[in-house]
Amino acid sequence: MTLFIQQLFDGLALGGVYCLAAIGLTLIFGVLRIPNLAHGTLYMLGAYVTYFFLVTVGVPYVAAIGLAAVVLAVIGVLLERIVFHPLRNAPHTHHMIAAVGAMFFFQAVAQAIWGADFRRMESPISGSVTILGAQISWQRIVIVVTAVIVLGLLTWFIKRSIHGQTIEAIEQDRTGSSLVGISPSRVSMLTFGLAAALATVAAGLVAPINLLAPTMGDALSLKVFAIIILGGLGSLPGAIVGGFTLALAEVMTSTYVSAAAGEGIAFVVIVLVLAIRPTGLFARAVQR
Amino acid sequence: MTTTTFSPQRLGTLLVALALLLAPLTLGGEEYVLRVLTVGATYAIAVYGMNLILGLTGQLSLAHGGFFGIGVYIVGLLTTDYDWAFWPSFLVAVLVTGLGGFVAGIVALRTREEYFAIFTMAMGFIIFLVISRWESVTHAHSGVSGVKFPEGFGLFDFSEPVVMYYLVLLFLLGAGYVTHAVRRSGIGRTLVAIRTSEDLARSIGVNVGLNKQLAFAASTTFAGVAGGLFAAVQGFVGPSAASLDLTFEMLMFILVGGLGTVLGPVVGTFLVLFLFEFFQDFEAYRFLVLGPIIVVLVIFAPRGIVGYLNAFVGKLRSRAAGAGNGSGGPPEHRSSDTATDVKETL
Amino acid sequence: MTLLEVRGLGKHFSGLHAVDDVDLDVAAGRITAIIGPNGAGKSTLFNLLAGFYRPTSGSVRFKDRDITGMSPHRTVAHGIARTFQTTNLFEDATVLDNVLSGRIVRSHSTVFDAVLRTPRHRKEERHNLDKAMAALEFTGIAEYRDEIASSVPQEVQKRVSIALALATEPELLLLDEPAAGLTEEETVGFAQLIRNIVADGVTVGLVEHRMSMVMSLADHILVLDHGKEIASGTPETVRTDPQVIEAYLGADHQDQEGAG
Repeated sequence: MTLFIQQLFDGLALGGVYCLAAIGLTLIFGVLRIPNLAHGTLYMLGAYVTYFFLVTVGVPYVAAIGLAAVVLAVIGVLLERIVFHPLRNAPHTHHMIAAVGAMFFFQAVAQAIWGADFRRMESPISGSVTILGAQISWQRIVIVVTAVIVLGLLTWFIKRSIHGQTIEAIEQDRTGSSLVGISPSRVSMLTFGLAAALATVAAGLVAPINLLAPTMGDALSLKVFAIIILGGLGSLPGAIVGGFTLALAEVMTSTYVSAAAGEGIAFVVIVLVLAIRPTGLFARAVQR
Repeated sequence: MTTTTFSPQRLGTLLVALALLLAPLTLGGEEYVLRVLTVGATYAIAVYGMNLILGLTGQLSLAHGGFFGIGVYIVGLLTTDYDWAFWPSFLVAVLVTGLGGFVAGIVALRTREEYFAIFTMAMGFIIFLVISRWESVTHAHSGVSGVKFPEGFGLFDFSEPVVMYYLVLLFLLGAGYVTHAVRRSGIGRTLVAIRTSEDLARSIGVNVGLNKQLAFAASTTFAGVAGGLFAAVQGFVGPSAASLDLTFEMLMFILVGGLGTVLGPVVGTFLVLFLFEFFQDFEAYRFLVLGPIIVVLVIFAPRGIVGYLNAFVGKLRSRAAGAGNGSGGPPEHRSSDTATDVKETL
Repeated sequence: MTLLEVRGLGKHFSGLHAVDDVDLDVAAGRITAIIGPNGAGKSTLFNLLAGFYRPTSGSVRFKDRDITGMSPHRTVAHGIARTFQTTNLFEDATVLDNVLSGRIVRSHSTVFDAVLRTPRHRKEERHNLDKAMAALEFTGIAEYRDEIASSVPQEVQKRVSIALALATEPELLLLDEPAAGLTEEETVGFAQLIRNIVADGVTVGLVEHRMSMVMSLADHILVLDHGKEIASGTPETVRTDPQVIEAYLGADHQDQEGAG
């Protein structure tokens, strides 16, 4: 039972990280219909840039994450401008191939700057608390709380602010919204910036628990795809539910079955879900 | 269509074939270069498979490296742990990848476009996970060593690098020829119709699902052939032979060469591998340059080298035809005057 | 002889009755037109006949064979071809290659024939080329054979899509607004082309907005409104039907007649 509680909290913390990373991906898909294969490398860069601010520059932890999120938002916007914007009318295969190119590039950049070896990032948040006999580290609690706050802010942003509403409008009807004067181009940039910043927050939060490596984004990339397929491509609530579901499934499988099974469950989810529903669970009717 | 006329494409094919055939002679004793060429030729065979599904049919399969890996490991494991001869192992590899592709295609091709790419990416990753984790069978990260060379039955000695090179080259030429034959036939038109518009293809009577599935199975078979040969060429193989990175590299090869073209896969593969060798000192940093190259290519030159050469030749030809008052086509289809008659009566 | 027999055909999209309980008999060798205001369900009906949509009720029989809900690649094989409202071509391919694609459904050689270049394959490719050229000549666009489809004029593109449909050797050709976006003069040309197609033994189903074209061409007209049949018969009976006049809002109807 204690083990179960322990794993439950681990799963929730991991779920928070997955949600933050997956929301960006699902927004990009909803607005631009691009499956951004480079999303995992944005997350990886986010972790390294946080590391840079925290360790090399020496700013406090929260500020390091904030600064890194800003840097990554800029990188996200540049990625949209330089890579995806010129391809907006190209076949979908071209987006994905370009994303692969960007992915290779970002990995090489990280490796050139920080090397291929694993790096450890210490968090100022230490210690743990005992809940129902299970030791829960504060870092994990911070992750869950931050994730909930960020998700709340994001929901507010999308429902209330003009920018957020335009994102939602474009998600629902691209041609229609360009008719009423919303610039799809601005919204694309905004979406990419937001997505990269969210991925950075996720990475900054989880970095003290895991190690940093240039390849850390690879597995995450595939997992967030599993999440948004589970939740329906382009759906925000879907990404949240999917994120926690996958994280819990992963943690429980690696505890009670095997580590490899835990690692593989995301891909099994993708294969199974798409085998049953070729457009994902809860997929909205997409106009073609 | 006439066989006697001068065709730049024909000349190009001839030049590439000649260069590949004569390469070992000009290299003298450069064992290392010959080895790079042989490995490159195995990759190129797999890239021809990717060309069938991505270039002609327009479906981005990210499981390609995975199927290559299945070919590698079937030959690798059967010839070592189970002490099979090469050829039967190779046959098993080809059958398993072909049938595997066909069966996986039943499910995979229910999905469309992005979903297909994501689905195959997951499939590729599962294959990689199984190969890199199932220690009791695949030896995981220790890999497989001592893969047998093909048996030459006293006629050939495939442990001789040059002989092995020509064997791989034979398969490569076969892959190129199949692509050529498919492309110029109704099968090629079927696949290109699917690539261009599935709805339109359906409306002219194309069984889209079945044809995509067959193209997918053909592409995985090519990957299996390539993987099987790769195992024998390398002698030692590890899980990286099934990785997603390999898929991405192949993607780059075909993009540089030219999607959907006959010569693209071989030109792209050898050119990029040459670049890899050139940047070898930088190892992983090579993607600092190559990553942007992929992006630039897909934005500004998505047709690849061969694609552009073809378009260039086509333009020259139509200009020549225009000057020669429409002498470009076979006369039997120009003879009828009914076309203009109908036109005028309308 | 009735080539196509539609009984009680219906299609509902989440509560909306796009096509509701439609009966239709298409006589062989004739031109049957389907008219009606925008959103009357004309294109949906075509999509149901060609197998693009699966009907929610009713049946479709073609040449006395039940083809209800049959997928498009099979209806084409049975002899129903269609064109689309918005011209739909393989834009990067040449005009000839476009029309050759229409031969896929009549081809039987396999990939092995292609690789081995068997006599059967070569004979079939030759035959297909002849048929495609015949379709190009029939539609009067043989001179454009080597042009890229997206680069030829709009009117030619529309002819290519008809040639493409004809290359599948249909017995029933469904044309969805073939004259949309054409000039008056070009429309006359298209009307003649449609007559030629019928004279060649192909039955034609036509969805069209231009009343003048429909009235002069059609042997039989079905009028739809909100997915339901409101009238059917010869052009004369339909023209004078009060319900039809009402559906077309009187004045509007007059205008269109005047323009023709």
